[in-house]
Amino acid sequence: MNLLEAIGSVMGIIFILLFLGLMVLFFATGRGRTVRNLREIPAFTRLRRSVGLAVEAGTRVHVSLGRGGLMGLPAGSALVGLTMLDRIARAASSSDRPPVATSGEGVLMVLSQDVMRTAYRSVSTEEQYDAGAGRLSGLTPFSYVAGAIPVILDEQVSTNVLIGNFGSEVGLLTEASEQKGNLTVAGTDHVPAQAVLVAAAQEPLLGEEVYAGGAYLGAGAFHIASLRAQDVLRWVLIVVILLGAFAKLVGLL
Amino acid sequence: MKSPFSLINAVIAISTGVVVLVGYFVPLLASIRELLLQWAVILAAFALLVGVANLLLVHLKKMGRVKKGGIYSLVLWVAFFITVGVVALDGPDGSKSVFLFNSIQIPVEGTLMALLAVTLAIASIRLLRRRAGLFTYVFIGTALLVLLGTAPLYGIGEIPFLSQARAWIAGVLSVAGARGILLGVALGTVATGIRVLMGVDRPYGG
Repeated sequence: MNLLEAIGSVMGIIFILLFLGLMVLFFATGRGRTVRNLREIPAFTRLRRSVGLAVEAGTRVHVSLGRGGLMGLPAGSALVGLTMLDRIARAASSSDRPPVATSGEGVLMVLSQDVMRTAYRSVSTEEQYDAGAGRLSGLTPFSYVAGAIPVILDEQVSTNVLIGNFGSEVGLLTEASEQKGNLTVAGTDHVPAQAVLVAAAQEPLLGEEVYAGGAYLGAGAFHIASLRAQDVLRWVLIVVILLGAFAKLVGLL
Repeated sequence: MKSPFSLINAVIAISTGVVVLVGYFVPLLASIRELLLQWAVILAAFALLVGVANLLLVHLKKMGRVKKGGIYSLVLWVAFFITVGVVALDGPDGSKSVFLFNSIQIPVEGTLMALLAVTLAIASIRLLRRRAGLFTYVFIGTALLVLLGTAPLYGIGEIPFLSQARAWIAGVLSVAGARGILLGVALGTVATGIRVLMGVDRPYGG
């Protein structure tokens, strides 16, 4: 390991420890904080209302987790999708039509089944669990979309939550949702697909908003603490970038 | 009620995650990290097989119910077994396998891509109705400018101003915006990873 790699490793450890420290600090000092203390994100407000309406009306919530898998950067958005699936499955556990999850990757499919089973077990409605509710809809980008569209169109879905790693093909899912008059809440870590979602989704989630899903759906104080830690570190990074730009401007770098 | 395995699951997941993370920074643990990642790849391959079995079962149920779209489930089953048979006999690079891929998969995906272009044009028009405002006009105006600057116009050819504007938007504005978004994505990913490592998020039956 050369000097530059060593410096990079040390900075990486410091960054993660700082992140961890801030999360623990905010968790310890802000246990009383609730979703009401956070800025409003209309997508989550509408989603909470829509899940409640779906339970009352006996319609289904469809959660699509993308094709990211758990190896590499897309894992982050996939894990957030699973957290949101957990919250939605708990909220809709008493519904006649429990939520259905589609994914484009084997590991995500297995985990989506596991998350739903755990959610139902935790609210003592394990009989609601159906292994067919967590599905692999296809393995290539377009076959995944082609497999998920019939779920939106034919399975009495009223709300679509698209959270995970998608490409621009996600536009076909939002269009199917639009045809049925469903609510679409959608977010991804893929920048070109975010541009598609701004145009095509009713409630797009941009950038870090995707990762706030757990906090806004009541996943606990630690999610709110991690959101506050992200806010602090974002400002730290902004200051570092501005200092770097200034140093470059005056010839220090 | 928690599953009796939830604690064991959590211990395995958290300890594995910590070893892999620390292995990135501490060379001493690099070999263990590599080994764990190889195991993860093998498990992912098995999960893929489970996923394919799930896909076939879901479509088998659909066929059994003789509901709308049941015929497509039959098509999926037939196509699946023909493809598996051909690739098993001919090999993944054999001429028949390549023929199947080039004659069916690529045209179908190309068709969906073309459909996507139309869908996005309609979505942009719908956006004007749904969220008419300054940012919507800027978004659509920019998209039009980039489109016009990318391809030569029929009967006119390339307009230098549009090409230069497109290059500036693509090279400066969109890169700056994309980096800002990626910064947020990176912070969110780290936060999610730490929550999983601490056992706050347990997407594995915890």
